[in-house]
Amino acid sequence: MSDGPGSGADIVWEAGSPGLGAPAGTEWETVIGLEVHAELLTRTKLFSASLNSFGGEPNSHIDPVCLGLPGTLPVLNRHAVELAMRVGLALGAEVRPSIFARKNYYYPDMPKNYQISQYDRPINVGGSLELPSGKVVGIVRAHLEEDTGKSTHVGGAGRIDDAAWSLVDYNRAGVPLLEIVSHPDLRSAAEAREYVTELRATLLAVGASDGKMEEGSLRVDANVSVRPLGSAEFGTRCEVKNVNSLRSLGRALEYEARRQIELLSSGERVAQETRHWNEDTGRTSPLRSKEEATDYRYFPEPDLVPLVPDPAWIEQVRSELPLLPRQRRHRLAAATGRPPARLALVVERGQDELALEATEAGADPEAVLKHLEQNLADGTGRLTAAGLAGLITMEQSGELTSNQVKEVLAEMVTSGESPATVARRAGFEAVGAGELAGVVDRIIAEHPAEWQRLCAGDDRERKKMQGFFTGQVMRATKGQANGRDVAALLADRAGA
Amino acid sequence: MADRISRHDVAHVAWLARLELGDEELARFTTQLADVLDHAADVEALNLDGVPATSHPYPVGNVLRDDVPEPSLNRAEVLAQAPETEAGQFRVPPVRGEAP
Amino acid sequence: MTAGPAEAIAAAVRAGERSAASAVQESLAAIAAGGELGAFNAVTAEAALARAEAIDSAVAAGEDPGPLAGVPVALKDNICTRGTPTTCSSRILEGWEPPYDATVVDLLNAAGAVVVGKTNMDEFAMGSSTENSAFGPTRNPHDPGRVPGGSSGGSAAAVAGGLTPLALASDTGGSIRQPAALCGIVGMKPTYGRVSRYGLVAFASSLDQIGPMARTVADAALLYSVIAGHDPRDSTSIPEPVGDLNGPLDGDVDGLRVGVVSELCGEGIDGDVLARLEAAAGALASAGAEVGEVSVPAAVFGLSAYFLIAPAEASSNLARYDGVRYGLRVPAPGATDMNVATRTAGFGDEVKRRIMLGTFALSAGYYDAYYGKALKVRTLVVRDFAAAYERFDVLLAPTSPTVAFRFGERTANPLAMYLSDVCTVASNLAGHPAISVPFGSGADGLPVGVQVMAPALGEDVMFRAAAALERLLPETQPATAGARSAGAVTKETAP
Repeated sequence: MSDGPGSGADIVWEAGSPGLGAPAGTEWETVIGLEVHAELLTRTKLFSASLNSFGGEPNSHIDPVCLGLPGTLPVLNRHAVELAMRVGLALGAEVRPSIFARKNYYYPDMPKNYQISQYDRPINVGGSLELPSGKVVGIVRAHLEEDTGKSTHVGGAGRIDDAAWSLVDYNRAGVPLLEIVSHPDLRSAAEAREYVTELRATLLAVGASDGKMEEGSLRVDANVSVRPLGSAEFGTRCEVKNVNSLRSLGRALEYEARRQIELLSSGERVAQETRHWNEDTGRTSPLRSKEEATDYRYFPEPDLVPLVPDPAWIEQVRSELPLLPRQRRHRLAAATGRPPARLALVVERGQDELALEATEAGADPEAVLKHLEQNLADGTGRLTAAGLAGLITMEQSGELTSNQVKEVLAEMVTSGESPATVARRAGFEAVGAGELAGVVDRIIAEHPAEWQRLCAGDDRERKKMQGFFTGQVMRATKGQANGRDVAALLADRAGA
Repeated sequence: MADRISRHDVAHVAWLARLELGDEELARFTTQLADVLDHAADVEALNLDGVPATSHPYPVGNVLRDDVPEPSLNRAEVLAQAPETEAGQFRVPPVRGEAP
Repeated sequence: MTAGPAEAIAAAVRAGERSAASAVQESLAAIAAGGELGAFNAVTAEAALARAEAIDSAVAAGEDPGPLAGVPVALKDNICTRGTPTTCSSRILEGWEPPYDATVVDLLNAAGAVVVGKTNMDEFAMGSSTENSAFGPTRNPHDPGRVPGGSSGGSAAAVAGGLTPLALASDTGGSIRQPAALCGIVGMKPTYGRVSRYGLVAFASSLDQIGPMARTVADAALLYSVIAGHDPRDSTSIPEPVGDLNGPLDGDVDGLRVGVVSELCGEGIDGDVLARLEAAAGALASAGAEVGEVSVPAAVFGLSAYFLIAPAEASSNLARYDGVRYGLRVPAPGATDMNVATRTAGFGDEVKRRIMLGTFALSAGYYDAYYGKALKVRTLVVRDFAAAYERFDVLLAPTSPTVAFRFGERTANPLAMYLSDVCTVASNLAGHPAISVPFGSGADGLPVGVQVMAPALGEDVMFRAAAALERLLPETQPATAGARSAGAVTKETAP
């Protein structure tokens, strides 16, 4: 939705045609910039007081302003501004004085036939997002705007171009959106997915959005072009819309890049256009023809006044920011010695705090990370850092076998108990060498006659008595004693 | 200076504004709009270098409201004003193409 | 000073000397009798009478219904009234009943006023004669062959014709003041942001203001003081408190510095109008004011900026009339066709003209040359007036270049009609308050208005000068081309 002067689209991507008539065997590079729209987690809409709430009966969260009724006026939601600032500061953007502008175009689910957005003076300018891989993706801007309602196309099997009519629900109209525009710094579908994953994690971390792509609270439009590897110029871009999951983002980008490469390889041009991703066919197709080219006629929204957050407010918001995923990866890297790129999973799962504490409690960092990654994919439940550290000690001292460790760990997740307690209840407690000697000696003392028969008896008698004493020891240790250890102790005591 | 705005411009602007003009209207509006733009030309003599734009006559800033909900409008009352409705929604003829 | 009709009704109703019902019945009867004026689009007789009875009950119970107790008020038909059609005199909104009341309507109700109906206007407030109404013209009570001015011609005729003591209207480029002048009543545009725009159907958001129309300055001040004040529902509303106007209404102008705007005293202004302006200047001087002449170049070239800014904002504000959610729909096979068919059938020529002018001024390739430039010119307007207000407390100018004109006289030439606004648009661009006060008659015995402008939030000093003019009017000579009180105006050089 952004065609602002500061969007990656207009500034950086001059339409060139590198690669036209490229020789066979040319290697291609994909260039991707993303525009992510995140619905902000406010209670009410951006400019009015009806609920910002997903679902519900159609047209049940509406007010005169979000319906654009004649005579109504917008008033900006303070919390939406604060959430926008949180995201901006998390991305290292500069929070600037900003104004709102009207973007004029007609569509039935847009009540005023203009969208209140930010154009040449957005609230957040610049910044970057560091991906787990270490790659840094530049951010152009992150600006506030209002969402539209929702149209349902009825008849024609729900296909937009065959519909018999459309129904419009304005519950979503006026919901606050933050549009985050990246520089065209991404070079593959996988990188684009990594970017969206990291951005989503950042939005969640600061409490700005719930990041649900499937529900549409996080929406991604992609600008894609290709160029011969090593070329400094950008190719002609296409904007791909209607990508509703991380998976379809990857598929759509791969398809679109391949399509452009095939065009260029066969000496054709890429037309600059907006394309629609079709999940069912796995293809993109053009959305608008050229003669319908839009002219948004942006101008300053006269019903709103400038937004000039004072430095104290900005610093207040900054001071309340939680640690961001990137910071948490680096913190854990410092504590564990593992590179941040290999800590993404643990941080993504929110298990880094536990890892840090367990490591501080003395546990081997690699063992901690291994358990978190391999055995705790479904969450750590009531597991404590001390418990995890204790378990690892028991594991490494050989007190528990690896299968026993897994069983104990699973139990600790549900019960929150210490590993010793769980292992004991499960009967996994291995008897230590010193303890075993004590048990053996006690049983010898308790059975002097049998001991005499063992020491003085013939082979048959001795074997029989060895069996007696081993059984006694096993009973006393609930079967935890190692049979070979018991035999060795008995032989030692018998002076053999 | 009747070429300040052409018939073609007026036709394009009418499309942007979702208005349909007949040939006679197109000709008449072209002349009338050109007259107004001609009159506006007296502004061209002014030196506007370095002059900032004024969007609001009275400077007010940072007008914000608290994020506190108010009850929704009554849907029936709102839909009663609509030309056509269905299943609690506004019904419109089929939309060709997606929002830009 | 005799009390204005609104003051008189409110005082009598509050004192229990007169029923609100009788005041409302009287107004309804006058509206019925004055039907040929075409002042009203809708009369809400039943609701008004019910409300009057409620007010009378409150008085009987010892409560004070408020400063406008029982006063019938007419509303321009672009002010939203819940459950009562609000049409802007346009086919495209015909029959639309808003689900909410404008802030000014809430304030009127809280002050004990009784809304009796909605008045005719130029469609979406675009025009200077009320000839652009989809529901037929309004006639000037002083001469039914002439226009009442516009766009608030219905409100002006209602007050001038004695149908209601008060009316609310809106002023984007003179739409309160010009019809007030042409109908011989008081009309005032407050400082931009002083009166909430919430519930005023937008024409040009950065210029629109709601203001009062009345038969006396004091009545206008009374209505103004009820509707003025901060509204959290309008982001452009001014937070500063509204001052008390009782002092200024004594009309004491001794030592008041009054500047006559020289650019509005010459070319394009009819002689009969100029004569009354000079009479006004002379009267103020004789009452102790220091009257001088001041050059405000922007007062004239502002018109060009106005005719780019107002249509540009309007082109966007009026985009919402698309046949989807309310109002007219002309059926068509596709959504876009339906939008086009609805708008083409629903808007009149003048509205289409301004929408296209504004769309053009904002369109790619022309924004900088037109809209962008107009916003800069607006800055010059603000600066020019600020400089003038450094030397003068108030400025004096004609309200309209001519007296009321005949129907059809200017409809063929939109530009000629636009020039009717030359004396008034600058106040909207600069955002300062301005009032038109009737000051005798000109050609054909038709009313002439004199305009007093004051700095932003200078309503008190503006009302002071206006009250003085009202008081001094009987002392002035009947206007003739030769009887200029030239001695009253001392020439000053332009700043």
